[in-house]
Amino acid sequence: MTDVVVGKVSEFGDPGRKVVDVRGKEIGIFQLDKTFYAYHNSCPHMDGPVCQGIVLPLTTEDVDPETCKGLGRGFSKKHTNIVCPWHGMEFDIRTGEHPTDAQFRLRKIPVRVEKDLVYVTV
Amino acid sequence: MLDKVTRQEGLRELPELTLESDSRDYLARAARQAQAYDKYELIVDIDGHLHEGRFWGELLDYCENEVLRRDGKWLLKDGQNLPLVNVAMGMIFQAMQGRVSHQTGPREGVEDPAKHGHPFVQIVRRSIDSMGIDYQIVFPTAMLLLGLNPMPDIEIELSYAYCRWLTERILPDDKRILALGYLPFHSPEDCEKIVRKYADNPQITGFTICAARHAPVHDNMYMRLYRLLEEIGKPLAFHAGPNWDDPSFKTLNRFVSMHALTFPHYNMIHLTNWVINALPERFPKLKVIWVESGLAWVPYLMQRLDHEVLLRQNEAPGLKRRPSEYMREMYYTSQPLERFDLDLLKSTMTAINAETQLLYASDWPHWDFDTPGSITTLPFLSDQAKRNILGLNAARLFNLPVKRVRPRTEDVIAKRLQELGG
Ligand code: FES
Repeated sequence: MTDVVVGKVSEFGDPGRKVVDVRGKEIGIFQLDKTFYAYHNSCPHMDGPVCQGIVLPLTTEDVDPETCKGLGRGFSKKHTNIVCPWHGMEFDIRTGEHPTDAQFRLRKIPVRVEKDLVYVTV
Repeated sequence: MLDKVTRQEGLRELPELTLESDSRDYLARAARQAQAYDKYELIVDIDGHLHEGRFWGELLDYCENEVLRRDGKWLLKDGQNLPLVNVAMGMIFQAMQGRVSHQTGPREGVEDPAKHGHPFVQIVRRSIDSMGIDYQIVFPTAMLLLGLNPMPDIEIELSYAYCRWLTERILPDDKRILALGYLPFHSPEDCEKIVRKYADNPQITGFTICAARHAPVHDNMYMRLYRLLEEIGKPLAFHAGPNWDDPSFKTLNRFVSMHALTFPHYNMIHLTNWVINALPERFPKLKVIWVESGLAWVPYLMQRLDHEVLLRQNEAPGLKRRPSEYMREMYYTSQPLERFDLDLLKSTMTAINAETQLLYASDWPHWDFDTPGSITTLPFLSDQAKRNILGLNAARLFNLPVKRVRPRTEDVIAKRLQELGG
């Protein structure tokens, strides 16, 4: 196991992201609401470079609970996704899970902050 | 015990992938996958798409009709993206609104064409090297819907122009790029002319009909064309496409619904007419390929047609066998491979005799593209079946030499890393 410094906290936006290759291991590190998350840059669909896609809020569709009428699509205020640039699968940055089928999930990597430095363990 | 390293050592930052990204970077992980099948003797991609939009002006130069040529060039100068092409510009959702940027690209830079070949060729080479592909058959994306163009003369003009542009500007620059001649199905006579003109071109490996159209493939006016194709021994491909304008599909309110249904829809209609009218009996040597509609529809149609035809033989009297038996002798391309239920996929592959009839297709750079890894990672296929699907079936069908012409994967990866300074 190796601890690797991937940057200073100040180098990350919020939401922000950095993808690094550490001796052949590709890792995506995300900051969201002052918390860091890290995943293997490998999509559970077909091994695409999932962490190198765009970051977008989850798309939702509200339904009026009384009438059951659809109220149209919108963007979630709570969930932020990373979108795999190969075929578009989306994963919640906080949980790593696909919004519809959680069996598709990103593989987590331990990440921590120490004295303003962001470390991942590979 | 943790071994601490600093970020200066062995750490390389990877960029967000965008419209401007180089195909080699977009497909860097595909190059890693390619190491797993580097030992395979031949990988052939039956259906690669590179958007010709970037080169549309060049293509329009080959329009022989002076009015259409002038109209097209003028519209291009006026800012239209693909003049003469009947695509509803406000309804192009394929790239998922920025989520899958390679779909609308690539907009990457290229090297000096005088030394490295036409920009189109350079970009294709980058993607096939990255995916570990020996030969790619390129398909004209922009022309997918020309069969629905209300001005048939446009389909005819553009088909000649496309074939000339390909054979004069693109194919001579790289023998690993192959193509299917585009047939303007609006006019059987022009189809025949195109077949005759390119019958002997070794890089035109067959001919294609864009399936998104309302034309009866069994009409007697096409019989001479099929006879001619059978005589020259090159296959006929039906390439599926999307169409939101069909009245039945207008009730579908999302692109995903329309896309899921229309691609197999057109191939189902043409295949049904092809079989019910006993064209396989009339042209037993003509090889037919069904392209870009996935595979899940095939066992459905086999069962459905067998069921109906065995009961209503009087409406399909030309058949000497069950529809599914003819269908099992046709060829199918793999993409987009429906692989979220492997048991169903396995049954489908058994039903279509995938080991001899299935041809790998990437559809790169479209949003639902498949790398060769989509085949090599299937747990139920034997190593020989994978080799067949990835290349040997295509070699047999298109008469290609079984001889590796792609670079070694290791070299592809090392070269790109070196270029990136890594
Ligand atoms: S590889 Fe990520 S969506 Fe397909």
